[in-house]
Amino acid sequence: MANHKTSNASQTTREAQELLSVRHLKTYFPIKSGVLQRVTGYVKAVDDISFKLYPGQTMSLVGESGCGKTTAGRTILRLTPKSAGDVLFEGKDIYQLDAQELRALRPQMQLIFQDPYSSLSPRMPVGEIIAEAPRQHHIVPKAQFDAYIDKIMKDCGLQPYHRDRYPHEFSGGQRQRICIARALALNPKFIVCDEPVSALDVSIQAQIINLLMDLQAQYNLTYLFISHDLSVVEHISDLIGVMYLGDLVERGTKKEVFARPLHPYTQALFSAIPVPDPDYKMNRIILEGSIPSPANPPAGCKFHTRCRYCMAICKQQVPPSYEVEPGHVVNCHLYAGSPVVDDLVGSDDMEQQLTREKLAASGDIAAGAATARGQLSAEEIVSETLKEEARADSQGAVLDRGRKWMQEREQQLERMQADRRQVETAAAALQDEAAPAVRPDDSSKTEESLK
Amino acid sequence: MARKSQKSANYLSARTIRRTAKENRRITRQFEQKLNRKHVAPSEYATTMKDPANVLEVEDLKTYFFTDAGTVKAVDGVSFTVPRGKTIGLVGESGCGKSVTSLSIMQLLQRPQGQIVSGAIRLTQDQGQAVDITQMPISAMEKIRGKDISMIFQEPMTSLNPVFKIGSQLDEVIGLHNPDMSREAVKERTIEMLELVSIANSRAVYDMYPHQLSGGMRQRVMIAIALACSPKVIIADEPTTALDVTIQAQILDILRRLKDQINSSIVLITHDLGVIAEMADEVVVMYAGRIVEKGTVEEIFKHPSHPYTLGLMASKPVVSRHVERLYSIPGNVPNPIEMPDYCYFRDRCDRAFAPCFGEYPPMISLSPTHKVACYCYQQSADTKE
Repeated sequence: MANHKTSNASQTTREAQELLSVRHLKTYFPIKSGVLQRVTGYVKAVDDISFKLYPGQTMSLVGESGCGKTTAGRTILRLTPKSAGDVLFEGKDIYQLDAQELRALRPQMQLIFQDPYSSLSPRMPVGEIIAEAPRQHHIVPKAQFDAYIDKIMKDCGLQPYHRDRYPHEFSGGQRQRICIARALALNPKFIVCDEPVSALDVSIQAQIINLLMDLQAQYNLTYLFISHDLSVVEHISDLIGVMYLGDLVERGTKKEVFARPLHPYTQALFSAIPVPDPDYKMNRIILEGSIPSPANPPAGCKFHTRCRYCMAICKQQVPPSYEVEPGHVVNCHLYAGSPVVDDLVGSDDMEQQLTREKLAASGDIAAGAATARGQLSAEEIVSETLKEEARADSQGAVLDRGRKWMQEREQQLERMQADRRQVETAAAALQDEAAPAVRPDDSSKTEESLK
Repeated sequence: MARKSQKSANYLSARTIRRTAKENRRITRQFEQKLNRKHVAPSEYATTMKDPANVLEVEDLKTYFFTDAGTVKAVDGVSFTVPRGKTIGLVGESGCGKSVTSLSIMQLLQRPQGQIVSGAIRLTQDQGQAVDITQMPISAMEKIRGKDISMIFQEPMTSLNPVFKIGSQLDEVIGLHNPDMSREAVKERTIEMLELVSIANSRAVYDMYPHQLSGGMRQRVMIAIALACSPKVIIADEPTTALDVTIQAQILDILRRLKDQINSSIVLITHDLGVIAEMADEVVVMYAGRIVEKGTVEEIFKHPSHPYTLGLMASKPVVSRHVERLYSIPGNVPNPIEMPDYCYFRDRCDRAFAPCFGEYPPMISLSPTHKVACYCYQQSADTKE
């Protein structure tokens, strides 16, 4: 295994650093019908997602239920077969591994399930639930085994005497701790957390989130955090990917995405979060209707059926990935002026942006400048690394800038929509006339463009 | 050895269980007999509202569950009022008695174990009259349930009947409470209700089965059923917990709009403080079957006073409020069968001091509307007087 790793590292230095690289991953589930069970169509659960993850990071996938978050997580772990694309874990394509190699790799990638009530065997004592897998994989020598399990349980907030108890004797929060201990006992590098707190109460949620973050710091874990609760996501993650109907429509660092949500879906999603403050002015974008069927997704941009900025082009062309800000990539025609990037290049930029943000936060201007790409001027870095009070000010300034920027966008969009309406009415008027007579030049052009 | 002693702490002998069960049967039989009576004179449960501006008054409600392991005091002395046209939010963790309170109001408790032991639930009727739901037999309750007071349940996936069409499930409610309406009129009313909850193709949905609808659509149908007879009080028991944020926004929007349209009041039960801040006019915070704090929404969110309310607010991550670590309330909820005789929150409270070792704290008024059950505020209340 060690040999494998080094040989790959010699090929590309970049790939050795990154823990996980997902390239154009697709998962389709066949729909079978009729007596012969012929495949009549596919449910496109995950439709072309790409991202990279580096050790110690947390990436969150957010989106409505049915958008393919969980399937993406499972496909990355090779628990559900992929349809296309690659998943590289430490430079190895996990779909190329044979059974033996995969078994050796399994302990490094673990999963925490959503429902702690149904994911623990009711017939096994807790000690056995946690110890079963490490024993199979020979994680520690036999002599130290008991001490090791005790240590894992202690790290997860469980007492050694809990070993002989059964899952039904525990509350929801305790059970989730058992699930976490089970995943952690294999000494993994990468954990997919599939909605780990959504089945828990608010105060218990806080305990589990704190535990996950403590363990990350302690063991240098990498998380893929799947959740629909945006407030939790904001608390825990470094990177955010917003999914809609199997597509990763927007991704960027947490700071970027929360400060400036670009995709109309992300904006709607963020505006829907209830804020526990009665004075908060609601400026809510309410999405009409519900998510379309992934078996028959709309043509063009998948979101166009519910989008308030929907344009003619949205119905025909799938939007490419536009990099609006360094490391902030969005699949939306609204940002057509921005450079188009390959998904993975976007991920690299995202990584750099994250490093910049981290360095900026720690006040290391020099290193920040070193890692920063040429586009980022020194002033911007300085503005991010001001002292505590000054930073609050500049944060306000950043927000102001963001707001102004959004306003400009809105105005631009309104203009665009007004233009579109004009064009449509002109086209309709022409059709009413139904005369192939003299057409004004501009309207015939627009009609062509409409078609 | 350690295991054995632990076992003995929770161990109940067959004999004890049999004795408790027998005693429970004796108690519940009395309640059941009272509930199952027929032809009860309306004067027996008629009452008057303390304040005519209220539509619902709950006073010192006690709902117990008589289980074989002991009596669970799920709701232990809860009092609150619902003014006309307002929304009351009931907040608390699971197991704190929110749902049992609402089920008591609807008389939908799991009988015979669950019984309203004492207290009064007054629901306003026409011409300044009122009824006491705790005194009503089941036969009388059936007439007002769904008509004057109705409920939206937590799980839209399981609370619709899978073998009946959406239309017939709605028709049933309307037809039952309006016996002189013709079948066509009922159908028209049903379709009107479906349109009211923003279901686009209401005529097609009328002939659909619940499995053909998404979660958000099913919850809309549930709202339509609950609102079909323009009730005075709507109890919404976690109406959006099972839904996504975007769908949640739609549903809350509908609820708010329709509440004003049919001029009713909402009792909103949830554990999401964000939803409460957005929807409620007044907030009631419950802990272990008792109210620990109540007040207007501004008072609760601007000046949360009870340590539990504070803990609840601190433990919820909020977008754009950055904290290094989330606060989590230490310890666990006390065992519901053997509740302590001091403040239920004392063992988890970081402010506990000498008076907390006495009996359960009384409700202390911080302002005419803001009340809190905590000894920390005893002094400030005394000096004010």
